Amino acid sequence: MVDPSDTMADLSEANARLYESLLDGDHAALARVITEIENRTPGYRELLAALHAETGRASVIGVTGSPGTGKSTLVDALTKQYREAGETVGVIAIDPSSPYTGGSVLGDRIRMGSTAGDMDVFVRSMSARGRLGGLSMATADAVKALDAFGKDRIIVETVGAGQNEVDIVETAETVAVVVQPGSGDDIQLLKAGILEIGDLFVVNKADKDEAAGTVADLETMIHMDRSPTAGLSTGHHGPDAAEADPEDGDTDDDGGWTPPVIETVATAGEGVDELRGALDDHYQYLVDSGEGEGRRRRQAETELRRLLRADLGGLAEQVVDRHGGIERLSASVANRETDPYTVVEELVEPLESAVRESVAVEPEPSER
Amino acid sequence: MSADHTQRATRCLVAKVGLDGHDRGAHVIARAFRDAGFEVIYSGLHRAPEEIVQAAVQEDVDVLGISILSGAHNTLIPKLIEGLESYDAFENTLILVGGIIPDEDKPQLEAVGVDAIFGPGTSIEETVEFVREHAGSE
Repeated sequence: MVDPSDTMADLSEANARLYESLLDGDHAALARVITEIENRTPGYRELLAALHAETGRASVIGVTGSPGTGKSTLVDALTKQYREAGETVGVIAIDPSSPYTGGSVLGDRIRMGSTAGDMDVFVRSMSARGRLGGLSMATADAVKALDAFGKDRIIVETVGAGQNEVDIVETAETVAVVVQPGSGDDIQLLKAGILEIGDLFVVNKADKDEAAGTVADLETMIHMDRSPTAGLSTGHHGPDAAEADPEDGDTDDDGGWTPPVIETVATAGEGVDELRGALDDHYQYLVDSGEGEGRRRRQAETELRRLLRADLGGLAEQVVDRHGGIERLSASVANRETDPYTVVEELVEPLESAVRESVAVEPEPSER
Repeated sequence: MSADHTQRATRCLVAKVGLDGHDRGAHVIARAFRDAGFEVIYSGLHRAPEEIVQAAVQEDVDVLGISILSGAHNTLIPKLIEGLESYDAFENTLILVGGIIPDEDKPQLEAVGVDAIFGPGTSIEETVEFVREHAGSE
């Protein structure tokens, strides 16, 4: 266990003040900390290291889906319910950035009007800033800041279109995938690769005609996913099952979790109660089954690997610079003076021997 | 040792405040700022000053651009600035006003803390350049 006073000692004076103010409930300090995380301002890691001990209390929900499915409106409706129950909420809304200029228009706040003016709802918009992979790190770190601040519920909202987004929602305990009616047949759903990440599915805009079909498609896919032969006995998975039934979200016979499909009309607040209920059910399932503990371990593992990769990548950059920079090296490869394998071998060799030496000299005592 | 590269971005809140439904100008500015590589948060229409303050504080923006064509600038803008001050967020924020502001009102707005006023006919480049020069120099 790390003594908090040790991590505090590493903080700069300004960051120590930020740390105190954040824990004191100062909104501007929280905003500032997230900016430092986003900018990777020198010292931000020490700040997060100090905050780490204060985290782990919030319940984190990920909401993902294609653009225009109504995620922001849904998050707004959900936030309103949590507020009415007296809980504080943090929202991280992620929008893509332009691959050309790095600029972005972050419009999720527009749909989050029903709790505007309520400071106990902290909404922060983030963009990719052209840092593939880095965004998931920044998101996980911003979640930590909100968690340490004392938010009861944290919602991470992102457009679901690729691996990066999958990484992001995986910082959550529970992932809700939002689909809109008529978003294509079951093959589209398979292709999108969203089935694997959803702990529950929301068919928003359920007042549209195609809603029942989309719900049926989703349910079929979910049941096939869980037990590939289930589709053969159509007992209660027939068209009748298209009605939204939050009970579906209960643990099934073998104690596993079957993702429920919930119909909502976020603009009218319909189905939001059921969604909140299903989110709570999933939380309870995580606790009861011990799966929550497993998830937290996996998240910590992902985080460690990510940090390690980032820092090793940074070391690699330094090595490259010391060998005359990437441009010189790549020119020599392009001109066939050498080959990429030899170059990399030469670059990595000193690192490798350093690793060999350190492993030989002091074998790490395993504490656990 | 950490291998992070600092990645700063200029963050702007483009805000419509009060009973003013004309958002073409705000959209044009939002788009121009995006193309300039800024991160733009758009508030949406009909926001109360407190909502804009909340957004500016939480988003920790470098620039607050207020678009106003309703004529209510003399009441709304001081309210916004007071709100920012109450969160200690005034000093670090560049405050721009765009829209229809009569010449005789300008000194008063500048006195309460508006950094620049861009009326009709201002070129996009001029606005972007102003932000590049003055934003985030805290």
